[in-house]
Amino acid sequence: MSSIWIILTGALIASSCAFLGCFLILRRMAMLGDAISHSILPGIVIAFLVSGSRDPLPMFIGAAVFGLLCTIIIQLLRNQGVQADAAMSVSFTALFSIGIILISLFTQQVDLDLDCVLYGEIAYVPYDTWTWHGIDMGPRAMWGAGAAFLLSLIIVRLFYKQFKLTSFDPALAMAIGIPVAVFHYLLMGLVSITTVASFESVGAILVVAMLIVPAATAYLLTERLGVMLGLSVLIGTLCSICGYFLSVVLDASIAGCMTMVAGGLFALAFLFSPHQGVVTRWWIRKKLRTQI
Amino acid sequence: MTNKKTPPLSIENVSVAYHRKPVLRNITYQSPEGECVGIIGPNGAGKSTLIKAALGLLPLAGGKVSIYGKPYSQQRKCVGYVPQRESVDWDFPTNALDVVLMGLYGQLGWFRRPKSEHKDRALEALRKVGMESFAKRQISQLSGGQQQRVFLARALAQEAQVYFMDEPFVGVDAATEKAIVQVLHELKEQKKTVFVVHHDLQTVSEYFDSVMLLNLRLIASGATREVFTADNLQKTYGGRLAILPQTNELLSTK
Repeated sequence: MSSIWIILTGALIASSCAFLGCFLILRRMAMLGDAISHSILPGIVIAFLVSGSRDPLPMFIGAAVFGLLCTIIIQLLRNQGVQADAAMSVSFTALFSIGIILISLFTQQVDLDLDCVLYGEIAYVPYDTWTWHGIDMGPRAMWGAGAAFLLSLIIVRLFYKQFKLTSFDPALAMAIGIPVAVFHYLLMGLVSITTVASFESVGAILVVAMLIVPAATAYLLTERLGVMLGLSVLIGTLCSICGYFLSVVLDASIAGCMTMVAGGLFALAFLFSPHQGVVTRWWIRKKLRTQI
Repeated sequence: MTNKKTPPLSIENVSVAYHRKPVLRNITYQSPEGECVGIIGPNGAGKSTLIKAALGLLPLAGGKVSIYGKPYSQQRKCVGYVPQRESVDWDFPTNALDVVLMGLYGQLGWFRRPKSEHKDRALEALRKVGMESFAKRQISQLSGGQQQRVFLARALAQEAQVYFMDEPFVGVDAATEKAIVQVLHELKEQKKTVFVVHHDLQTVSEYFDSVMLLNLRLIASGATREVFTADNLQKTYGGRLAILPQTNELLSTK
Protein backbone atom coordinates (compact mmCIF):
# COMPACT_ATOMS: atom_id res chain seq x y z
CA MET A 1 0.00 0.00 0.00
CA SER A 2 2.71 2.46 0.96
CA SER A 3 4.31 2.25 -2.48
CA ILE A 4 1.00 3.25 -4.08
CA TRP A 5 0.78 6.24 -1.77
CA ILE A 6 4.32 7.27 -2.64
CA ILE A 7 3.73 6.94 -6.38
CA LEU A 8 0.43 8.80 -6.16
CA THR A 9 1.93 11.62 -4.10
CA GLY A 10 4.90 11.82 -6.42
CA ALA A 11 2.65 11.88 -9.47
CA LEU A 12 0.50 14.69 -8.04
CA ILE A 13 3.56 16.74 -7.11
CA ALA A 14 5.20 16.17 -10.48
CA SER A 15 1.99 16.97 -12.34
CA SER A 16 1.17 20.17 -10.50
CA CYS A 17 4.76 21.38 -10.82
CA ALA A 18 4.98 20.45 -14.51
CA PHE A 19 1.67 22.12 -15.29
CA LEU A 20 2.79 25.49 -13.94
CA GLY A 21 6.32 24.93 -15.20
CA CYS A 22 4.98 25.19 -18.77
CA PHE A 23 4.12 28.82 -18.17
CA LEU A 24 7.44 29.49 -16.43
CA ILE A 25 9.32 28.14 -19.45
CA LEU A 26 7.24 30.08 -21.96
CA ARG A 27 7.80 33.27 -19.97
CA ARG A 28 11.54 32.53 -19.83
CA MET A 29 11.40 32.40 -16.09
CA ALA A 30 12.62 28.85 -15.57
CA MET A 31 14.91 29.88 -12.74
CA LEU A 32 12.06 31.51 -10.87
CA GLY A 33 11.03 28.14 -9.49
CA ASP A 34 14.51 27.86 -8.04
CA ALA A 35 14.18 31.33 -6.52
CA ILE A 36 10.77 30.66 -4.96
CA SER A 37 11.64 27.23 -3.63
CA HIS A 38 14.64 28.66 -1.77
CA SER A 39 13.07 31.88 -0.59
CA ILE A 40 10.25 30.12 1.28
CA LEU A 41 12.72 28.85 3.92
CA PRO A 42 12.54 31.96 6.18
CA GLY A 43 8.73 31.86 5.84
CA ILE A 44 8.66 28.32 7.19
CA VAL A 45 11.03 29.11 10.04
CA ILE A 46 9.14 32.25 11.05
CA ALA A 47 5.81 30.44 10.87
CA PHE A 48 7.28 27.74 13.07
CA LEU A 49 8.63 30.26 15.60
CA VAL A 50 5.36 32.21 15.73
CA SER A 51 2.97 29.27 15.89
CA GLY A 52 5.29 27.05 17.91
CA SER A 53 4.06 24.01 16.08
CA ARG A 54 4.59 22.09 12.89
CA ASP A 55 0.97 22.48 11.87
CA PRO A 56 0.80 22.60 8.12
CA LEU A 57 -1.41 25.69 7.87
CA PRO A 58 0.86 28.33 9.45
CA MET A 59 3.86 26.83 7.65
CA PHE A 60 1.95 26.96 4.42
CA ILE A 61 0.95 30.59 4.90
CA GLY A 62 4.46 31.63 5.94
CA ALA A 63 5.99 29.89 2.94
CA ALA A 64 3.46 31.26 0.48
CA VAL A 65 3.97 34.80 1.79
CA PHE A 66 7.74 34.58 1.36
CA GLY A 67 7.42 32.98 -2.05
CA LEU A 68 5.32 35.91 -3.19
CA LEU A 69 7.59 38.38 -1.41
CA CYS A 70 10.51 36.99 -3.40
CA THR A 71 8.71 37.49 -6.73
CA ILE A 72 7.71 41.02 -5.72
CA ILE A 73 11.30 41.91 -4.81
CA ILE A 74 12.50 40.47 -8.11
CA GLN A 75 9.93 42.49 -10.02
CA LEU A 76 10.81 45.70 -8.16
CA LEU A 77 14.51 45.26 -8.85
CA ARG A 78 13.83 44.56 -12.52
CA ASN A 79 11.66 47.63 -12.85
CA GLN A 80 14.54 49.67 -11.48
CA GLY A 81 16.83 48.40 -14.20
CA VAL A 82 18.59 45.45 -12.52
CA GLN A 83 19.10 42.57 -14.96
CA ALA A 84 16.52 39.81 -14.68
CA ASP A 85 18.88 36.98 -13.69
CA ALA A 86 20.84 39.17 -11.29
CA ALA A 87 17.62 40.41 -9.66
CA MET A 88 16.53 36.80 -9.19
CA SER A 89 19.79 35.56 -7.72
CA VAL A 90 20.12 38.51 -5.36
CA SER A 91 16.58 38.17 -3.99
CA PHE A 92 16.42 34.46 -3.37
CA THR A 93 19.92 34.02 -1.97
CA ALA A 94 19.25 36.90 0.45
CA LEU A 95 15.97 35.37 1.62
CA PHE A 96 17.42 31.86 1.80
CA SER A 97 20.32 33.08 3.91
CA ILE A 98 17.88 34.81 6.27
CA GLY A 99 16.23 31.43 6.67
CA ILE A 100 19.56 29.74 7.43
CA ILE A 101 20.50 32.46 9.95
CA LEU A 102 17.13 32.08 11.67
CA ILE A 103 17.58 28.32 11.92
CA SER A 104 21.06 28.66 13.36
CA LEU A 105 19.94 31.36 15.83
CA PHE A 106 17.00 29.37 17.13
CA THR A 107 18.48 25.89 16.93
CA GLN A 108 17.02 25.01 20.31
CA GLN A 109 13.47 25.91 19.38
CA VAL A 110 13.59 24.95 15.75
CA ASP A 111 13.41 21.29 15.10
CA LEU A 112 13.80 21.66 11.35
CA ASP A 113 16.04 19.37 9.43
CA LEU A 114 17.80 21.41 6.75
CA ASP A 115 18.57 18.25 4.81
CA CYS A 116 14.88 17.51 4.74
CA VAL A 117 14.13 21.03 3.51
CA LEU A 118 16.66 20.73 0.70
CA TYR A 119 16.28 17.11 -0.31
CA GLY A 120 12.94 16.03 1.15
CA GLU A 121 12.00 12.46 1.90
CA ILE A 122 9.10 11.13 -0.01
CA ALA A 123 9.60 7.69 1.52
CA TYR A 124 8.17 8.99 4.82
CA VAL A 125 5.03 10.32 3.13
CA PRO A 126 2.81 7.27 3.88
CA TYR A 127 3.51 7.53 7.65
CA ASP A 128 2.17 11.07 8.00
CA THR A 129 -1.50 10.50 7.29
CA TRP A 130 -4.53 12.69 7.50
CA THR A 131 -7.33 11.41 9.69
CA TRP A 132 -10.75 12.81 8.96
CA HIS A 133 -13.67 11.93 11.23
CA GLY A 134 -11.68 8.97 12.41
CA ILE A 135 -11.11 7.68 8.91
CA ASP A 136 -7.58 7.31 7.59
CA MET A 137 -7.62 9.35 4.39
CA GLY A 138 -4.09 8.58 3.26
CA PRO A 139 -0.93 10.72 3.31
CA ARG A 140 -1.26 14.40 4.16
CA ALA A 141 1.34 15.33 1.54
CA MET A 142 -0.77 13.68 -1.13
CA TRP A 143 -3.80 15.77 -0.21
CA GLY A 144 -1.66 18.92 -0.09
CA ALA A 145 -0.19 18.30 -3.54
CA GLY A 146 -3.60 17.27 -4.87
CA ALA A 147 -5.24 20.44 -3.56
CA ALA A 148 -2.48 22.60 -5.06
CA PHE A 149 -2.86 20.84 -8.40
CA LEU A 150 -6.64 21.24 -8.37
CA LEU A 151 -6.33 24.94 -7.54
CA SER A 152 -3.88 25.47 -10.41
CA LEU A 153 -6.12 23.54 -12.80
CA ILE A 154 -9.18 25.59 -11.87
CA ILE A 155 -7.46 28.97 -12.08
CA VAL A 156 -5.59 28.25 -15.30
CA ARG A 157 -8.75 26.79 -16.85
CA LEU A 158 -10.76 29.90 -15.90
CA PHE A 159 -8.17 32.36 -17.18
CA TYR A 160 -6.55 30.23 -19.87
CA LYS A 161 -6.68 32.91 -22.57
CA GLN A 162 -5.30 35.55 -20.21
CA PHE A 163 -2.39 33.34 -19.15
CA LYS A 164 -1.70 32.48 -22.77
CA LEU A 165 -1.76 36.05 -24.06
CA THR A 166 0.23 37.54 -21.16
CA SER A 167 2.86 34.84 -21.78
CA PHE A 168 3.02 35.33 -25.54
CA ASP A 169 2.48 39.05 -26.04
CA PRO A 170 2.24 41.09 -22.83
CA ALA A 171 2.13 44.38 -24.77
CA LEU A 172 -1.06 43.39 -26.61
CA ALA A 173 -2.50 41.96 -23.40
CA MET A 174 -1.94 45.29 -21.69
CA ALA A 175 -3.34 47.22 -24.66
CA ILE A 176 -6.61 45.29 -24.63
CA GLY A 177 -6.98 45.83 -20.91
CA ILE A 178 -5.81 42.55 -19.34
CA PRO A 179 -4.13 43.35 -15.99
CA VAL A 180 -0.78 41.76 -16.88
CA ALA A 181 0.71 42.27 -13.41
CA VAL A 182 -2.26 40.58 -11.73
CA PHE A 183 -1.79 37.46 -13.82
CA HIS A 184 1.96 37.52 -13.25
CA TYR A 185 1.43 37.50 -9.48
CA LEU A 186 -1.40 35.00 -9.73
CA LEU A 187 0.94 32.61 -11.52
CA MET A 188 3.71 33.30 -9.01
CA GLY A 189 1.24 32.71 -6.17
CA LEU A 190 0.31 29.35 -7.67
CA VAL A 191 3.98 28.45 -8.10
CA SER A 192 4.60 29.39 -4.45
CA ILE A 193 1.69 27.28 -3.21
CA THR A 194 2.68 24.31 -5.37
CA THR A 195 6.30 24.59 -4.27
CA VAL A 196 5.29 24.68 -0.61
CA ALA A 197 2.98 21.72 -1.03
CA SER A 198 5.73 19.75 -2.77
CA PHE A 199 8.99 20.59 -1.12
CA GLU A 200 8.33 18.70 2.08
CA SER A 201 8.21 15.50 0.06
CA VAL A 202 10.77 16.05 -2.65
CA GLY A 203 12.82 18.94 -1.24
CA ALA A 204 13.50 22.43 -2.50
CA ILE A 205 16.07 21.37 -5.08
CA LEU A 206 14.03 18.62 -6.69
CA VAL A 207 10.96 20.87 -6.85
CA VAL A 208 12.93 22.94 -9.34
CA ALA A 209 13.55 19.85 -11.44
CA MET A 210 9.87 18.93 -11.36
CA LEU A 211 8.86 22.48 -12.27
CA ILE A 212 11.09 22.66 -15.29
CA VAL A 213 12.20 19.29 -16.69
CA PRO A 214 8.83 17.69 -17.61
CA ALA A 215 7.58 21.01 -19.02
CA ALA A 216 10.76 21.45 -21.05
CA THR A 217 10.33 17.90 -22.37
CA ALA A 218 6.71 18.59 -23.35
CA TYR A 219 7.82 21.81 -25.08
CA LEU A 220 10.05 19.75 -27.37
CA LEU A 221 7.26 17.35 -28.28
CA THR A 222 4.40 19.61 -29.34
CA GLU A 223 3.50 22.87 -31.00
CA ARG A 224 0.27 23.53 -29.14
CA LEU A 225 0.05 25.06 -25.68
CA GLY A 226 -2.93 22.90 -24.63
CA VAL A 227 -1.13 19.73 -25.69
CA MET A 228 2.03 20.90 -23.96
CA LEU A 229 0.16 21.31 -20.66
CA GLY A 230 -1.40 17.84 -20.98
CA LEU A 231 1.86 16.19 -22.01
CA SER A 232 3.79 17.79 -19.15
CA VAL A 233 1.31 16.32 -16.65
CA LEU A 234 1.62 12.92 -18.33
CA ILE A 235 5.42 13.10 -18.26
CA GLY A 236 5.33 14.16 -14.61
CA THR A 237 3.21 11.14 -13.75
CA LEU A 238 5.51 8.87 -15.74
CA CYS A 239 8.51 10.25 -13.83
CA SER A 240 6.84 9.36 -10.55
CA ILE A 241 5.96 5.79 -11.55
CA CYS A 242 9.24 4.93 -13.28
CA GLY A 243 11.25 6.82 -10.67
CA TYR A 244 9.71 4.82 -7.85
CA PHE A 245 10.47 1.46 -9.43
CA LEU A 246 13.97 2.57 -10.38
CA SER A 247 14.55 3.54 -6.75
CA VAL A 248 13.36 0.10 -5.62
CA VAL A 249 15.75 -1.58 -8.05
CA LEU A 250 18.68 0.66 -7.14
CA ASP A 251 17.68 0.96 -3.48
CA ALA A 252 18.30 4.70 -3.78
CA SER A 253 16.58 8.02 -3.07
CA ILE A 254 13.09 8.04 -4.57
CA ALA A 255 13.00 11.76 -5.36
CA GLY A 256 16.46 11.48 -6.91
CA CYS A 257 15.34 8.62 -9.13
CA MET A 258 12.20 10.48 -10.18
CA THR A 259 14.30 13.43 -11.25
CA MET A 260 16.71 11.18 -13.07
CA VAL A 261 13.85 9.63 -15.02
CA ALA A 262 12.68 13.17 -15.85
CA GLY A 263 16.19 13.97 -17.10
CA GLY A 264 16.25 10.76 -19.13
CA LEU A 265 12.90 11.52 -20.75
CA PHE A 266 14.13 15.01 -21.59
CA ALA A 267 17.23 13.56 -23.23
CA LEU A 268 15.05 11.22 -25.31
CA ALA A 269 12.82 14.10 -26.41
CA PHE A 270 15.87 16.22 -27.18
CA LEU A 271 17.26 13.50 -29.44
CA PHE A 272 14.10 12.05 -31.01
CA SER A 273 11.39 14.72 -30.89
CA PRO A 274 9.39 14.56 -34.16
CA HIS A 275 10.14 18.19 -35.10
CA GLN A 276 13.11 19.42 -33.13
CA GLY A 277 14.99 16.25 -32.20
CA VAL A 278 18.70 16.31 -32.95
CA VAL A 279 18.70 12.76 -34.33
CA THR A 280 15.38 13.28 -36.15
CA ARG A 281 16.69 16.34 -37.97
CA TRP A 282 19.91 14.56 -38.86
CA TRP A 283 17.88 11.63 -40.22
CA ILE A 284 15.66 13.96 -42.29
CA ARG A 285 18.69 15.77 -43.70
CA LYS A 286 20.32 12.45 -44.59
CA LYS A 287 17.18 11.24 -46.32
CA LEU A 288 16.93 14.49 -48.27
CA ARG A 289 20.53 14.21 -49.37
CA THR A 290 20.09 10.67 -50.70
CA GLN A 291 16.96 11.80 -52.57
CA ILE A 292 18.88 14.58 -54.24
CA MET B 1 -18.25 56.71 -30.90
CA THR B 2 -17.24 58.50 -34.08
CA ASN B 3 -18.33 62.03 -33.52
CA LYS B 4 -17.21 64.07 -36.48
CA LYS B 5 -15.79 66.85 -34.33
CA THR B 6 -13.58 64.81 -32.04
CA PRO B 7 -10.36 63.65 -33.67
CA PRO B 8 -9.50 59.91 -33.57
CA LEU B 9 -6.28 60.73 -31.74
CA SER B 10 -5.62 63.84 -29.76
CA ILE B 11 -2.31 64.32 -27.98
CA GLU B 12 -1.95 67.29 -25.67
CA ASN B 13 1.41 68.31 -24.33
CA VAL B 14 2.58 64.73 -23.85
CA SER B 15 6.03 64.00 -22.44
CA VAL B 16 7.48 60.57 -21.76
CA ALA B 17 10.69 59.80 -19.89
CA TYR B 18 12.69 56.61 -19.40
CA HIS B 19 14.36 56.91 -16.04
CA ARG B 20 15.25 60.58 -16.09
CA LYS B 21 15.96 60.97 -19.74
CA PRO B 22 13.05 62.45 -21.68
CA VAL B 23 12.27 60.56 -24.88
CA LEU B 24 9.29 62.64 -25.94
CA ARG B 25 8.85 66.31 -25.16
CA ASN B 26 5.66 68.31 -25.22
CA ILE B 27 4.02 66.61 -28.15
CA THR B 28 0.74 68.20 -29.17
CA TYR B 29 -1.11 66.73 -32.11
CA GLN B 30 -4.63 66.33 -33.47
CA SER B 31 -5.05 63.63 -36.06
CA PRO B 32 -7.27 63.76 -39.12
CA GLU B 33 -9.94 61.06 -39.46
CA GLY B 34 -9.95 58.27 -42.01
CA GLU B 35 -6.35 58.78 -43.07
CA CYS B 36 -3.20 56.76 -43.09
CA VAL B 37 -0.66 58.65 -41.00
CA GLY B 38 3.06 57.87 -41.19
CA ILE B 39 5.13 58.45 -38.06
CA ILE B 40 8.58 59.28 -39.39
CA GLY B 41 11.86 59.99 -37.64
CA PRO B 42 15.39 58.70 -37.00
CA ASN B 43 16.22 55.80 -34.66
CA GLY B 44 15.63 56.74 -31.05
CA ALA B 45 13.31 59.59 -32.02
CA GLY B 46 10.55 58.14 -29.85
CA LYS B 47 8.26 56.83 -32.62
CA SER B 48 7.43 53.54 -30.91
CA THR B 49 7.34 55.34 -27.58
CA LEU B 50 4.65 57.64 -28.94
CA ILE B 51 2.50 54.68 -29.97
CA LYS B 52 3.04 52.92 -26.64
CA ALA B 53 2.21 56.10 -24.75
CA ALA B 54 -0.99 56.48 -26.78
CA LEU B 55 -1.94 52.90 -25.90
CA GLY B 56 -1.26 53.39 -22.21
CA LEU B 57 1.64 50.92 -22.25
CA LEU B 58 4.00 53.53 -20.81
CA PRO B 59 3.32 56.05 -18.07
CA LEU B 60 3.18 59.65 -19.26
CA ALA B 61 5.48 62.16 -17.57
CA GLY B 62 2.92 64.78 -18.46
CA GLY B 63 0.06 65.59 -20.80
CA LYS B 64 -3.01 63.76 -22.00
CA VAL B 65 -3.93 61.35 -24.79
CA SER B 66 -7.49 60.91 -25.96
CA ILE B 67 -9.04 58.59 -28.51
CA TYR B 68 -12.22 60.12 -29.88
CA GLY B 69 -12.30 62.50 -26.96
CA LYS B 70 -12.01 59.91 -24.20
CA PRO B 71 -9.04 58.39 -22.38
CA TYR B 72 -7.68 55.23 -23.97
CA SER B 73 -8.81 53.03 -21.07
CA GLN B 74 -12.43 53.70 -22.07
CA GLN B 75 -11.80 53.21 -25.77
CA ARG B 76 -9.81 49.97 -25.86
CA LYS B 77 -12.37 48.24 -28.05
CA CYS B 78 -12.02 50.74 -30.88
CA VAL B 79 -8.22 50.56 -31.02
CA GLY B 80 -6.15 47.91 -32.80
CA TYR B 81 -2.46 47.40 -32.18
CA VAL B 82 0.28 45.77 -34.25
CA PRO B 83 3.44 45.53 -32.09
CA GLN B 84 6.91 45.14 -33.53
CA ARG B 85 7.43 41.63 -34.79
CA GLU B 86 10.54 41.12 -32.64
CA SER B 87 8.61 41.94 -29.47
CA VAL B 88 7.33 38.38 -29.07
CA ASP B 89 8.81 34.89 -28.96
CA TRP B 90 7.82 33.15 -32.20
CA ASP B 91 8.79 29.77 -30.75
CA PHE B 92 5.67 29.94 -28.59
CA PRO B 93 3.68 26.71 -29.06
CA THR B 94 0.73 28.02 -31.05
CA ASN B 95 -0.46 28.39 -34.64
CA ALA B 96 -1.32 31.35 -36.84
CA LEU B 97 -5.09 31.11 -36.35
CA ASP B 98 -4.63 31.08 -32.60
CA VAL B 99 -2.51 34.23 -32.69
CA VAL B 100 -5.19 36.00 -34.72
CA LEU B 101 -7.82 34.84 -32.23
CA MET B 102 -5.85 36.61 -29.52
CA GLY B 103 -6.97 39.88 -31.10
CA LEU B 104 -10.51 38.99 -30.00
CA TYR B 105 -9.66 38.29 -26.37
CA GLY B 106 -10.49 41.87 -25.41
CA GLN B 107 -14.02 41.53 -26.76
CA LEU B 108 -14.49 38.15 -25.12
CA GLY B 109 -14.17 39.64 -21.66
CA TRP B 110 -12.90 37.78 -18.62
CA PHE B 111 -14.38 34.32 -18.91
CA ARG B 112 -15.79 33.67 -22.39
CA ARG B 113 -13.86 31.43 -24.72
CA PRO B 114 -13.52 31.86 -28.46
CA LYS B 115 -16.31 30.08 -30.36
CA SER B 116 -16.68 29.10 -34.00
CA GLU B 117 -17.99 32.56 -34.95
CA HIS B 118 -14.75 34.03 -33.59
CA LYS B 119 -12.75 31.46 -35.52
CA ASP B 120 -14.58 32.50 -38.67
CA ARG B 121 -13.69 36.11 -38.02
CA ALA B 122 -10.06 35.18 -37.43
CA LEU B 123 -9.99 33.14 -40.66
CA GLU B 124 -11.53 36.06 -42.53
CA ALA B 125 -8.80 38.33 -41.19
CA LEU B 126 -6.15 35.82 -42.28
CA ARG B 127 -7.73 35.72 -45.73
CA LYS B 128 -7.46 39.51 -46.02
CA VAL B 129 -3.69 39.27 -45.64
CA GLY B 130 -3.44 36.22 -47.89
CA MET B 131 -2.56 33.81 -45.09
CA GLU B 132 -5.64 31.59 -44.85
CA SER B 133 -3.75 28.53 -46.05
CA PHE B 134 -1.29 28.95 -43.16
CA ALA B 135 -3.95 29.04 -40.43
CA LYS B 136 -2.83 25.77 -38.84
CA ARG B 137 0.89 26.42 -39.30
CA GLN B 138 3.05 26.63 -36.19
CA ILE B 139 4.15 30.27 -35.98
CA SER B 140 7.88 29.55 -35.82
CA GLN B 141 7.61 27.91 -39.26
CA LEU B 142 6.42 31.14 -40.88
CA SER B 143 8.78 33.55 -42.59
CA GLY B 144 9.31 36.99 -41.11
CA GLY B 145 6.91 38.55 -43.60
CA GLN B 146 4.27 35.91 -42.93
CA GLN B 147 4.61 36.50 -39.20
CA GLN B 148 4.08 40.19 -39.82
CA ARG B 149 0.93 39.43 -41.80
CA VAL B 150 -0.37 37.26 -38.94
CA PHE B 151 0.10 40.23 -36.62
CA LEU B 152 -1.72 42.44 -39.10
CA ALA B 153 -4.57 39.92 -39.33
CA ARG B 154 -4.79 39.90 -35.55
CA ALA B 155 -5.28 43.67 -35.53
CA LEU B 156 -7.86 43.42 -38.34
CA ALA B 157 -9.80 40.85 -36.32
CA GLN B 158 -10.10 43.46 -33.58
CA GLU B 159 -12.34 45.42 -35.99
CA ALA B 160 -11.18 48.70 -34.52
CA GLN B 161 -11.65 52.31 -35.62
CA VAL B 162 -8.08 53.43 -34.97
CA TYR B 163 -5.00 51.30 -35.66
CA PHE B 164 -1.46 51.68 -34.41
CA MET B 165 1.19 49.72 -36.31
CA ASP B 166 4.77 49.62 -35.09
CA GLU B 167 7.13 49.24 -38.05
CA PRO B 168 5.07 46.73 -40.03
CA PHE B 169 7.22 47.20 -43.14
CA VAL B 170 10.57 46.38 -41.56
CA GLY B 171 12.30 43.33 -42.99
CA VAL B 172 9.36 41.97 -44.98
CA ASP B 173 9.25 40.43 -48.43
CA ALA B 174 7.55 42.04 -51.44
CA ALA B 175 4.38 39.94 -51.12
CA THR B 176 3.93 41.04 -47.53
CA GLU B 177 4.58 44.66 -48.37
CA LYS B 178 1.89 44.44 -51.02
CA ALA B 179 -0.51 42.80 -48.59
CA ILE B 180 0.07 45.49 -45.98
CA VAL B 181 -0.47 48.30 -48.51
CA GLN B 182 -3.66 46.58 -49.65
CA VAL B 183 -4.90 46.39 -46.06
CA LEU B 184 -4.05 50.07 -45.48
CA HIS B 185 -6.14 50.98 -48.53
CA GLU B 186 -9.08 48.90 -47.35
CA LEU B 187 -8.95 50.43 -43.88
CA LYS B 188 -8.91 53.89 -45.40
CA GLU B 189 -11.95 53.07 -47.53
CA GLN B 190 -13.73 52.07 -44.35
CA LYS B 191 -12.92 55.53 -42.92
CA LYS B 192 -10.57 54.08 -40.33
CA THR B 193 -7.54 55.93 -39.08
CA VAL B 194 -4.19 54.17 -39.17
CA PHE B 195 -0.91 55.26 -37.60
CA VAL B 196 2.17 53.55 -38.98
CA VAL B 197 5.69 53.88 -37.62
CA HIS B 198 7.75 53.93 -40.78
CA HIS B 199 11.43 53.99 -41.71
CA ASP B 200 11.67 53.96 -45.45
CA LEU B 201 11.57 57.57 -46.65
CA GLN B 202 11.31 56.46 -50.29
CA THR B 203 7.79 55.16 -49.86
CA VAL B 204 6.36 57.81 -47.53
CA SER B 205 4.59 59.87 -50.21
CA GLU B 206 3.19 56.73 -51.75
CA TYR B 207 1.75 55.18 -48.58
CA PHE B 208 0.68 58.04 -46.34
CA ASP B 209 -1.88 60.83 -46.63
CA SER B 210 -0.30 62.67 -43.77
CA VAL B 211 2.81 62.38 -41.66
CA MET B 212 4.17 63.17 -38.23
CA LEU B 213 7.85 64.06 -38.30
CA LEU B 214 9.26 63.20 -34.94
CA ASN B 215 12.56 63.62 -33.18
CA LEU B 216 11.95 63.84 -29.43
CA ARG B 217 9.72 66.76 -30.32
CA LEU B 218 7.10 66.94 -33.03
CA ILE B 219 8.99 68.67 -35.84
CA ALA B 220 6.06 68.95 -38.21
CA SER B 221 2.75 67.28 -38.95
CA GLY B 222 0.10 67.53 -41.61
CA ALA B 223 -0.68 66.43 -45.15
CA THR B 224 2.26 64.59 -46.69
CA ARG B 225 2.45 66.82 -49.78
CA GLU B 226 2.75 69.91 -47.58
CA VAL B 227 4.90 68.69 -44.71
CA PHE B 228 7.18 66.03 -46.20
CA THR B 229 9.73 68.53 -47.47
CA ALA B 230 13.51 68.48 -47.62
CA ASP B 231 13.57 71.32 -45.17
CA ASN B 232 11.48 69.49 -42.57
CA LEU B 233 13.42 66.27 -43.07
CA GLN B 234 16.64 68.14 -42.52
CA LYS B 235 15.18 69.41 -39.24
CA THR B 236 14.06 65.92 -38.25
CA TYR B 237 17.19 64.00 -39.15
CA GLY B 238 19.75 66.73 -38.65
CA GLY B 239 22.92 65.98 -40.54
CA ARG B 240 22.28 62.27 -40.50
CA LEU B 241 20.24 62.09 -43.67
CA ALA B 242 22.66 60.88 -46.29
CA ILE B 243 19.99 59.58 -48.62
CA LEU B 244 18.46 62.99 -49.15
CA PRO B 245 19.82 63.57 -52.66
CA GLN B 246 18.27 60.36 -54.06
CA THR B 247 14.90 60.97 -52.42
CA ASN B 248 14.68 64.50 -53.74
CA GLU B 249 12.26 63.72 -56.52
CA LEU B 250 9.98 61.97 -54.02
CA LEU B 251 9.83 64.98 -51.75
CA SER B 252 7.36 67.76 -51.94
CA THR B 253 8.81 70.91 -53.46
CA LYS B 254 6.45 73.43 -52.06
